[in-house]
Parts: sequence; C-alpha cells; structure tokens
Amino acid sequence: MAATQEEIVEGLAEIVNEIAGIPVEDVQLDKSFTDDLDVDSLSMVEVVVAAEERFDVKIPDEDVKNLKTVGDATEYILKHQA
Amino acid sequence: MSKINPSKGAPYARILGVGGYRPTRVVPNEVILETIDSSDEWIRSRSGIETRHWAGPEETVAAMSIEASGKAIADAGIDAEQIGAVVVSTVSHFSQTPAIATVIADRLGTNKAAAFDISAGCAGFGYGLTLAKGMVVEGSAEYVLVIGVERLSDLTDLEDRTTAFLFGDGAGAVVVGPSQEPAIGPTVWGSEGDKSETIKQTVSWDRLHFGDRSALPQDSQGNIKFPAITQEGQAVFRWAVFEMAKVAQQALDAAGISADDLDVFIPHQANVRIIDSMVKTLKLPEHVTVARDIRTTGNTSAASIPLAMERLLATGEAKSGDTALVIGFGAGLVYAATVVTLP
Repeated sequence: MAATQEEIVEGLAEIVNEIAGIPVEDVQLDKSFTDDLDVDSLSMVEVVVAAEERFDVKIPDEDVKNLKTVGDATEYILKHQA
Repeated sequence: MSKINPSKGAPYARILGVGGYRPTRVVPNEVILETIDSSDEWIRSRSGIETRHWAGPEETVAAMSIEASGKAIADAGIDAEQIGAVVVSTVSHFSQTPAIATVIADRLGTNKAAAFDISAGCAGFGYGLTLAKGMVVEGSAEYVLVIGVERLSDLTDLEDRTTAFLFGDGAGAVVVGPSQEPAIGPTVWGSEGDKSETIKQTVSWDRLHFGDRSALPQDSQGNIKFPAITQEGQAVFRWAVFEMAKVAQQALDAAGISADDLDVFIPHQANVRIIDSMVKTLKLPEHVTVARDIRTTGNTSAASIPLAMERLLATGEAKSGDTALVIGFGAGLVYAATVVTLP
C-alpha cells in the first residue's frame, strides 16, 4: 500500500537521523537537506538510496539535484511510489 | 592432426610480495586551497584526504614503478630474472607506444619478460592480478609482476574544486607466483560502459591537437587546459557504494569466505566516505581491518590497492597470511573484486 505524506516524512526523518544524526523532530517539510539539516551531497545519495528501498521508488541521479527540501522529496515519493 | 604439447602451470597462484613507492613531495590541503575556493574541513569531510604525494620531474611512471617493483621482488624472495611477465596498469603514462612495461621489465633486469600495459582505471590492479593468476596457473609465466602506477597530478585540474584535492601519485607492485594452496579467489569483474561518461578525461588527445581551439577549456589566465579527469560525484558515489558492495559480497561468496572469516578489507582508495559506506553496507564485523590509506595518499587509481596493502603490512595492522578482500572500481566504469591471502 502506498505511503501517506505523513508516513513519508516520518520515514525520511528516521533515514536522515540514521545517516546524518539529525534529531527526527527537526526533519520538517520546509527544511532544506543541505542548509538546514547538514546533509551534504554524498549523504544525500545515501538518504536517496535508503528512501528508494523504504518506499519502493526509483530516484535517478538526474532527479536527486531537484530534491532540495524534505517537502520536495516527499512530493517526489508520493508521485512516484509503486 | 598433430599433437600439441600443453603448457604446464602451477596448481594455484598467490601474491608472494608487495612493494610501494610514494613520491617524496607531500602536499597538504593548504596547497590545494591556493587554487580553489574551499576549506581544509570541507576537503576532509568530503574525502577524508589530509595529504597526498605529488611526483617530481624525476619521479616518472617508470622510475616509480621500478622502485615499487624492486621492493616487491625482494619481498617475494625471488630474482628479477625469474619474472616471466610484467603487467602495468596506468592511465597517466603519456606515451602510448611503446608500452612502458617493456622499459620497466628491462630496467629491472628481467630476462626478456613478456611486458604490456593495460587500461582499466581504478580497477587496474584487480584486472592485472587476474591476468597474472591466469598466467601462473596456465603456465605462460612462473612469476608475474603486476604494477599499478599513476601520476594523476598531471591529470588534475587544480581549478576544479570538486576534484583538485582528490588525486595523488605513486606506484604499487606485487609479485604473483606458484602456490600449492588456493590464495587468490575467483575474480568477480565486469564493465558498465553505459556509464562511461561519469568518469572521463575532459578533452581527448586528438581534440586537443586537431580540434577547434576556441572550444577547448581554458584556465583563469586564458591558456588551454591540459586534459584532466572529471567525474559526476553523486552518480559515482551511488554506484561505488551500493553496486560495488554487491560485487564485493559476490567475491566473498565465490571464495567461500564469510565476513566473519575476513581479516582485512582493501577497497580502492577513492574516497573515505565511499569506504565507510561500503563497510556499513557490507556489514563488516569490527575485527576486520579496513584500509584508509587515502587519508595521506589521496586517490592513486590503479596504485591504491597495492599501496594500501603494503602500508597495512608495514605498520603491522595486517599480517602475512591474513585473508583480505580487495575491490577496485572506477572509470569505464569497470570493477574487479577478489579474496586474497596477504603475502
């Protein structure tokens, strides 16, 4: 069953916490991965791969650069999840 | 039909000795920061690199190879005349003909050993090792010298903030010879040419010479830039960490070695972040010693695995007889992974 927006944000928060050590409550829709959450370009790849597995979605390299905020990623996953 | 005698090889092959050469000039991040807008902290956090070695004019591809090979031959306890083949993996020897391997074989004092160069980027050592194992077991050479050597500082764009800090120079060599026990496992190797654009030379040699000069990349002084290695960082990182972890696991499975049996992990020294993520993805146990030679050596492409191997043995972090997983991966994209017994 496809995940809801709330479930996706919750899932992303756990992933970002695991990879970058950011508290889950800091991961909000309007937060920028790089500027607010200290997720650099390489950690972002790890976040993307973990999100792909968790939400059964493919996020190609060329789309990763457009995912600036948690909201961008959530919207992308909502739209593309299997 | 006439009967043809078969060649007679050894039952198995093993690495008998290893040697390395690091150029005398040590280059700290401060020197890199003279030409790019970055910081020591940024470079360390993105790559793990603190210093690298850059070769001087006398430290040619041949000269560095001869130094490293001399140590490997001594470590193996054989004489240069016993070497039947010399395989050199490099992308930074700037004369395509003849192969530099012939010059190295001659200067080392081999007895007209077969000698050739291969181009397999950062997987070059694994490719060379696989060829060497084949030669020893098939019988075309009793001892094979495999050299990974690079002067990547010559192919570095010092004004490119994403790669200026990455590359280093050096040579690593191993002697592969006969063994009564299996000591080099099955190689898991391959290529993914559909990703050939992700790591490449900025300008081809023919375009540099014959192409439209106005279309060639220029430096801040308006001079045409020498070709350099460029890469798509995120795409390469994803491939290296997640796809190469699968290849590494396949090499372990093919050798019948579990992660618990493993003593040492020597991945190509591309970036400490790739190494750390691979260790995590492979779920390697705490007791496995992981090579992180990149911190003081940088990325030396084909030379990185034998250089890291030599250092781990020299510092006592690894010991002779340890079981090590080695995996190289890079421009091509190409990869090669195998399990070896350390010399």
